[in-house]
Amino acid sequence: MARMKFLLDAERCIECNACVTACKNENEVPWGINRRRVVTINDGKPGERSISMACMHCTDAPCAAVCPVSCFYTTADAIVLHDKDLCIGCGYCFYACPFGAPQYPRVGNFGSRGKMDKCTYCAGGPQADNTEAEYIQYGANRIAEGKLPLCAEMCSTKALLAGDGEIIAQIYRERVQKRGYGSGAWGWRTAYRETVAI
Amino acid sequence: MLIKRSEARAGKQRLAAAYAGLSAGGLDRRAFLKQAGLTGVGLSALGAIPLTTVRPAAAGPTNFAQPITRIKNICTHCSVGCTVTAEVQNGVWVGQEPSWDSPINRGTHCAKGAAIRELVHGDRRLKYPMKKVNGQWQRIDWDTALNEIADKLMAIRQASGPDAVFWLGSAKQSNEGAYLMRKFAAFWGTNNVDHQARICHSTTVAGVANTWGYGAMTNSYNDIRTSKTMIIMGGNPAEAHPVSLQHLLSGKEMNRANMIVIDPRFTRTAAHATEYVRIRPGTDIPVIWGMLWHIFQNGWEDKDFIRQRVYGMDDVRTEVAKWNPQEVERVTGVPEAQLRKVAETFAKEKPATLIWCMGATQHSVGTANVRAFCTLLLATGNVGGNGNGANIFRGHCNVQGATDVGLDVVTLPHYYGLDANAWRHWSRVWEVSYESMMARFDSPQMAETPGIPSTRYFDAVLLPKDQVQQRDNLKGMVVFGHGGNTVTRMPEVARGLEKLDLLVVADPVPTTFAVLANRQDNTYLLPICTQLECTGSRTASNRSLQWGEQIVKPIFESKNDYEAMYRFAGALDRAAERRNMAFRLQAECFKTYEIGPEGPTSESILKEMNRGALSTGYSGQSPERLKLHMANQEHFDLVTLRGKEGTPVAGEFYGLPWPCWGTPEMKHPGTHILYNTNLHVKEGGGTFRARFGVERNGVSLLAEGSYSKGSELTDGYPEFTTAVLQRLGWYDQLTEAEKAQIARQGGTASWATDLSAGIIRVAMEHGCVPYGNAKARANAWNLPDPVPVHREPIYTPRTDLIAQYPTLPDRRAFRLPHLGQSLQNRMPQVAPNFPIILSSGRLVEYEGGGEETRSNKWLAELQQDMFVEINPRDAAARNIRDGAWVLVQGPEMPRDKQVRVKALVTERVGPGVAWMPFHFAGWFMQEDQRSRYPQGSDPYVLGESVNTVTTYGYDPVTFMQETKVTLCQIRAA
Repeated sequence: MARMKFLLDAERCIECNACVTACKNENEVPWGINRRRVVTINDGKPGERSISMACMHCTDAPCAAVCPVSCFYTTADAIVLHDKDLCIGCGYCFYACPFGAPQYPRVGNFGSRGKMDKCTYCAGGPQADNTEAEYIQYGANRIAEGKLPLCAEMCSTKALLAGDGEIIAQIYRERVQKRGYGSGAWGWRTAYRETVAI
Repeated sequence: MLIKRSEARAGKQRLAAAYAGLSAGGLDRRAFLKQAGLTGVGLSALGAIPLTTVRPAAAGPTNFAQPITRIKNICTHCSVGCTVTAEVQNGVWVGQEPSWDSPINRGTHCAKGAAIRELVHGDRRLKYPMKKVNGQWQRIDWDTALNEIADKLMAIRQASGPDAVFWLGSAKQSNEGAYLMRKFAAFWGTNNVDHQARICHSTTVAGVANTWGYGAMTNSYNDIRTSKTMIIMGGNPAEAHPVSLQHLLSGKEMNRANMIVIDPRFTRTAAHATEYVRIRPGTDIPVIWGMLWHIFQNGWEDKDFIRQRVYGMDDVRTEVAKWNPQEVERVTGVPEAQLRKVAETFAKEKPATLIWCMGATQHSVGTANVRAFCTLLLATGNVGGNGNGANIFRGHCNVQGATDVGLDVVTLPHYYGLDANAWRHWSRVWEVSYESMMARFDSPQMAETPGIPSTRYFDAVLLPKDQVQQRDNLKGMVVFGHGGNTVTRMPEVARGLEKLDLLVVADPVPTTFAVLANRQDNTYLLPICTQLECTGSRTASNRSLQWGEQIVKPIFESKNDYEAMYRFAGALDRAAERRNMAFRLQAECFKTYEIGPEGPTSESILKEMNRGALSTGYSGQSPERLKLHMANQEHFDLVTLRGKEGTPVAGEFYGLPWPCWGTPEMKHPGTHILYNTNLHVKEGGGTFRARFGVERNGVSLLAEGSYSKGSELTDGYPEFTTAVLQRLGWYDQLTEAEKAQIARQGGTASWATDLSAGIIRVAMEHGCVPYGNAKARANAWNLPDPVPVHREPIYTPRTDLIAQYPTLPDRRAFRLPHLGQSLQNRMPQVAPNFPIILSSGRLVEYEGGGEETRSNKWLAELQQDMFVEINPRDAAARNIRDGAWVLVQGPEMPRDKQVRVKALVTERVGPGVAWMPFHFAGWFMQEDQRSRYPQGSDPYVLGESVNTVTTYGYDPVTFMQETKVTLCQIRAA
């Protein structure tokens, strides 16, 4: 079985935000919830780099480790998903996540937290694949259709790669060898406890 | 916030409510808006339109039990021309898939393209025609709207003549729509018709065409993959053309190419460059001449290229000699060592390309800037081959096309100009008599006089009548698809709009025009659909034409441009009849078209255009050929854009980039790279155009010993006419039918006016380019500055340089006065009070005036505040903190007014320079104008417009506005 991962090539990312709106478009994510976002460091200075961030679908995901109701599960493709029917919106996963992925809608006039929402790797949720119920709760299930997450598919400069970890690491490796520079596969050591050796 | 249960779609609502606050879809739009309110984003006027009044356009999850249709169209935002693949179910656009087959975007999009589906959901679209009654918007139906508008237009025509109406078209229209708009204005009887190219690349078109023939990008985005050196000067494609960066970065990586960014601002593009050069805004010419100083000094120029293909380079040498490194550094701030390195790289590491956008063009010296850029390319022999050239990134999705089809005050379609020959040519194509066309104008003289450009229409409303060289001031204005906040001097714009007798805005959204001025009556809004809701071709920046299919029917009560204009014409005829005027429009203007249920068909309009557009080679791109290319996108090569062998498009270039010579039957493959002598003309080769005669002061203007591959004439030659064919003894190679057509046209014709295209055919048979083979002009004697010279911006902070580098004296052009030195001479008094240079530019999330994109919830969420970038030094001196509100004032604003924006304190801009994006509107000098929008059609995000602050300053050749260099003062709010 493939081990699905995200790989962000910071030398290519231009902060165009296509990944962000592609996600909104595909999953009809409402205003105020950002399953994916682009962070820029050294903004406006030499060395400026941008990084597109979402749930990295970690190996031994820390969110799952801290969840008091055990709503997380990992698919056969190693995608980390959660069951919103179980989620109690406690926010523990937010504190555990090294990438700031979990999002919470405010559901009342006093700012109380709703159920957690995050990137599903366009793989829907626990309901039957590609049903209306799944779409309403989790968004699209492209994996079930044999497609990859739309954010990576639509990335303007092909900075964001998604797919089997071995294959995207190979693409990145070849790219770095060809051009002679690369700042590494961002976040991989934290998420997958490995890195891409060039 | 009050939550009201929606009456519609109750079942779905319950389901959604059960998962209250979950992120994913299924929430209908109204629920979404409520949720948006809950998340603390202040949105006023939440969807208050009863659903029963509008065509439902809602999309839910894809229902996999239902069939899905995939339809391809082209992104309606920038000029890269990304293919959009829509999944449509039951007439609703339910999903968007990557367009892997397109050689241009290869599946990818930027934020705008990836959010484009939202445009035809249309929460904030204009839903039906509206008019203002005592300052309040009222809904009306199409027929009433058109009849009332037509009556008022005919009243203006009767009292003040046809030139009193200003027709503003759009770079968002298809080629067919823009062409129809130009034709419509001609049949109305005025040249006062313009579009966004005026404020985009009009100076590029003028400067580049005056250099070597055509004012367009010479190569393509894809071709940049083969460059060894690229200079991006006055452009930020990482934000303005993000998908182009895919090609640029690939080139940079695969060839280890030099990517040099020259800009006053450390842009997101500069962040990926190998070298960044910061210059003082408005000093492009000294920078280029400074580079050429090193090149000439060291003999790095391409001497053979100059000898064979360039006229007047010695005149450039004289000017360049003045720009020694010390003077360059004094004026521009660029150190000698850095500029020398850049010059050497550009001259030696070839192929080298120069990429520019509006940072070069939007200046009072725009045309001269562009001419200097071309001169640098010519001096280093970097034109007409793979990986080099002037890669001019155009702005809007069809600004190249709309320019080509002549939506412009100085020309009829396809750059034929406005003289009698041009009118005769197009009268023949339109199947009307020349005399009948002239009768539509105030006089034949007015038909040959350039109109009033879009940057100055409000001056033509406000100035005393005797200052405007036409029968009367502008009284009425009809706007199709143009923002109201994109031209400078907005306080004056607002006054002009207020004074108009009639204002008609035809657009998918209300636009700033609807709200800027406090108009009470005689203001109409007509809902027009986007290009995603109709068919037609659009021309990407690389001159490729791409055909878009209708994805869904126009939503709500909107109509496409073709139908709107067709019905508009009918209403004008009826109004004329009521007034017993002889004027008629519809029958004559539309007689050559096939009229379908949604107005004239785009195919029939394109076919008419094919017949007439010989001059630019828009003649070979029949709708059938364009559709074939869209259906076979996967067969084109990524780098050469050539169709692969054994496919239906073998040998052809993707989108038949113009010039695509002759008739569609001649099967010309299009021209990927202009002026490329390494290819046969029938394979897309070319030479510099012989457009300016054959000799000047005894010096030949024709090429010397340079010719395109396979040419039987192995030296320079003039453009082809019947006389030239006779002299060469080739006349009898014309067929009888071709000769008969020429005889019908009066017996003589040139390649551009011979409607049989026989002259073109015969020239190409002999391997010759129809437009001739000349030298490019380093000296363009017909321009105000034949060789570009540095001129300080009118609002310059360097008052010490005014005496040495003054702007042009006051003059007149385009029917209006044009101030220069008289204004600049006031700067010693003005500049001390406004010490910061203000420049403007683009953000990736928004486009143009931003009304459409700020109405797109997925985009609007990403940029919610108008801001000004200010250097930490200037901020510290003013006690301004990052994120705080500041007040910005320009020298032409009323004394007690400012704009209120947020401060972004950053080293992105240098000390003494501030920068603002130009996409915002809806706040006007601290007045929130949200309540002036028709209810439910206000964009999510409003903000102050930078153009409220920008000032006077126009290019002498095109009246391009100066948006990149003005002065301002900033203080903490």
